[in-house]
Amino acid sequence: MSETLNVAVTVNGKKSERAVEPRLLLSDFLRHDLRLTGTHVGCEHGVCGACTVLLDGEPVRSCLLLAVQADGREVATVESLSGEGPDRLHPLQEAFRDCHGLQCGFCTPGFLMTLLPFLDENPDPTEPEIRAAISGNLCRCTGYQHIVDAVLLAAARRRA
Amino acid sequence: MKPAPFAYEAPETLPAALVSLARYGDEAKVLAGGQSLIPVLNFRLAQPARLIDLNRIDGLSYVRRGADGGLSIGAMTRQRELERSPLVRQVAPLLAEAVPWIAHPQIRNRGTVGGSLAHADPAAELPALAVALDARFRLVKEGGERWVAARDFYTGLFATLLEPDELMVEIAIPPAAPSTGFSFLEVARRHGDYAQVGLAASVTLDADGRCRAARLVYLSVGDGPVETPVAAALLIGQALNGESIAACAAAVNGEIDPLGDIHATPEFKRHLAQVLARRALALAGERAGSPM
Repeated sequence: MSETLNVAVTVNGKKSERAVEPRLLLSDFLRHDLRLTGTHVGCEHGVCGACTVLLDGEPVRSCLLLAVQADGREVATVESLSGEGPDRLHPLQEAFRDCHGLQCGFCTPGFLMTLLPFLDENPDPTEPEIRAAISGNLCRCTGYQHIVDAVLLAAARRRA
Repeated sequence: MKPAPFAYEAPETLPAALVSLARYGDEAKVLAGGQSLIPVLNFRLAQPARLIDLNRIDGLSYVRRGADGGLSIGAMTRQRELERSPLVRQVAPLLAEAVPWIAHPQIRNRGTVGGSLAHADPAAELPALAVALDARFRLVKEGGERWVAARDFYTGLFATLLEPDELMVEIAIPPAAPSTGFSFLEVARRHGDYAQVGLAASVTLDADGRCRAARLVYLSVGDGPVETPVAAALLIGQALNGESIAACAAAVNGEIDPLGDIHATPEFKRHLAQVLARRALALAGERAGSPM
């Protein structure tokens, strides 16, 4: 193992500190070091969007960041969305469930973390706006239609 | 671990970064937004001995009005900030129109203006936009700096005038001439994919509504941004109409030499280049105030 650097990062509100190699990706840091395996790793070159997390509130690809770059910053993963237990889903997750916005679920964490800030910024999105917002996330099961439906439903429930 | 091992440093000041570059420039890679560099490291297509991370340096991220009334943009400004900037929309509407075409929101949240310009991917939007806007780049190194025009900066495939010990720190975009219209169009298989062909066009009209200046700068049809000055010159002195635009668009093919890929043959790209020229010139002309 080559030299290690200290990284102190707040993940889902909890501060963690580890000594890591500089080449460790943030995605692997979350999954392997912090055991937060909700963040999925698909292509690892920035195409599929499965590893999307929030860095200081903005959606980013965690496979295109080094863990050391998150030093002193705040990260939110999909684990931050739900409460304890299977019935304590975030409203966005509930809308995905209600609209069949997922089948295998591999891409879902990335979609959720992409859409969360999108809905904050755009509480009443049109379908084309939603499709543009999720253009950086690949889903091989749903054909996207049910995901778009889920976002429209989540937005409508939020406004109600 | 995907990338091969490297030494890592994140200097907190520009002078400290320049010292490191002077010392390690040949073996080091500069990490800006990382949206092109990290994939290359993950695939181990590049195995630099050292990364010099610019993300801890304050003062390289800004969008301001330049002394000439144009724009001054810090090299570490995220592409997302350009997209959201009212000043960009006001002073350089071409940039505001084109930035949403750069990859996806998650990428633009990290990707930087200077990183993309210095990386010189022939399919990237920003290099072609910089050429179309007559941008100039401020390049600094330990004990020196120089300004280079965007149209001189790109020298080949992923090749630029940037020396290993130099850093791009600022982009200056002059104000547009009066009665100038811009447009940006791109064809990609899906929004956010690499462009099959993209085009930034500008048209400046004289008092009689005739074309005084015109420029077409393509992306994804050559080694870097590709200008077609011979085709553009056909518009000079002409009223912008279907006929003059069609003649210009037809002439574009004499100045581009696109390579094919699995999604597009060279012939298809040539076809797209003509179609985009017609659409982009009509749109730019309309915005410049031409009765179309």
